[in-house]
Amino acid sequence: MTTHSQVSGNKVKTYLIMFFFVAFVSFFFYLIGKNLGDSTFYLIFGLVFSLISSVGSFYYSDKIVLAMSGAKPADKKTYFDLYTVTENMAIAAGVPMPRVYVIEDNAMNAFATGRDPQHAVVVATTGILQKLNRAELEGVIAHELSHIKNYDIRLMAVVTVLVGTVVFVADWITRSFMWGGVRDSDDDSASGKASFILFIIFLFITPIIATLIQLAVSRRREYLADASGALLNRNPDALADALLKISGDSKILSKASNATAHLFIENPFKKDVKKTSFVAGLFSTHPPVEERIRLLREM
Amino acid sequence: MDITMILVVVLVLFVGYVFTTYNSLVTLKNRIKEAFSQIDVQLKRRVDLIPNLIETVKGYAKHEKTVFENVTKARSALMGATTKQAKSDADNMLTDALKSLFAVAEAYPELKASENFSQLQRQLEDTEDKIAYSRQFYNSNVLDYNNKIQTVPSSIIASMFGFKEEAFFEATEAERNNVKVAFD
Repeated sequence: MTTHSQVSGNKVKTYLIMFFFVAFVSFFFYLIGKNLGDSTFYLIFGLVFSLISSVGSFYYSDKIVLAMSGAKPADKKTYFDLYTVTENMAIAAGVPMPRVYVIEDNAMNAFATGRDPQHAVVVATTGILQKLNRAELEGVIAHELSHIKNYDIRLMAVVTVLVGTVVFVADWITRSFMWGGVRDSDDDSASGKASFILFIIFLFITPIIATLIQLAVSRRREYLADASGALLNRNPDALADALLKISGDSKILSKASNATAHLFIENPFKKDVKKTSFVAGLFSTHPPVEERIRLLREM
Repeated sequence: MDITMILVVVLVLFVGYVFTTYNSLVTLKNRIKEAFSQIDVQLKRRVDLIPNLIETVKGYAKHEKTVFENVTKARSALMGATTKQAKSDADNMLTDALKSLFAVAEAYPELKASENFSQLQRQLEDTEDKIAYSRQFYNSNVLDYNNKIQTVPSSIIASMFGFKEEAFFEATEAERNNVKVAFD
């Protein structure tokens, strides 16, 4: 069964990503330190910082991702369909019932996160709950439950937090050197250093982000979740109908960022929207929805 | 390397294989048991919802005595069932009885408009979904186990230790269709 290799592959990839993240960030800080004259201090700082963020991303990714997306816990009474459908799909998949969260947003989207099936969360926007019927919602949740069962969520959550950290640090360093650059504009060596560091940032951080996202987002992962989701609710047309509705809806999820985009069932930025970040343009996070629908119809 | 050495290695490998196969058969069997208790939980939930439903419907449609009798009969059959087969049959019977109950309800607009009734109907439909999915999970576990028992070489060890095939928890054709209809 391919899901078994998917599970172990995801676990190995997660640890590899954490390892490379620590190695890259430490090396990056070492280079900065070398340029500024105190390489040991910067190396240790980089090492501690990257260790904390990767271990933290492993254990707290679900909480961080939930906070980033502004999700709130859903109760059974108010969100009867979402809650019970999640219960039902958990029964079908033979995994514990994940926690259920809702994002107050008219855009249609959903995702799952957590580190394993015992610590999993399913999140849906109020928009998707309003516009899908119960069967279609079931298709979407079945897809998410497959991500949970395949340990896709662990990999994706760790990547989300690490990409978020890299983007945040890059942003912070860039900004601080821009300010520094303005202040010391008459000092040639300082601005030389500043531009050198900016150069390093673009040299190192861009490929880190790119690799991380590429590892987490493979088209195979989405197709596999579609297929094993259909095995849960035994109704591939339901997910196809849902994807059709979601792709036809033009509302953009306001709480999504480049770091969280790959988590969602469908690209939250939509096709014709140009995001300002260079990352979004470089990588499409989801396989074409037409292709997914075609495959589901054929099942 | 002399021949006894080879024999010892082969024997150790063989015993190791028997142990692991035996253990995985036991694990699969326990998983089936666990999956069945999941079905039981949902069947119990369904049984618990019915008295309330009957009371509600009675309030609007007193004269449909046979329908109530059928539902009550099926319900007590399900409660009294002990074997898997009996449970499966009683559950199918209950599904049919409930279907005629809801068909009768169609003729009473006031009943259909009642908040209590529609809530019970939703809960019952959800429970039926849950029964269907726990049965699906149970059956896929049974399939894994039966495959292991019937395929060579694990079949030899299974018969050595008397592992028997497990029965699927079958749904009637009507109920299978019902699950799809219930979504709409």
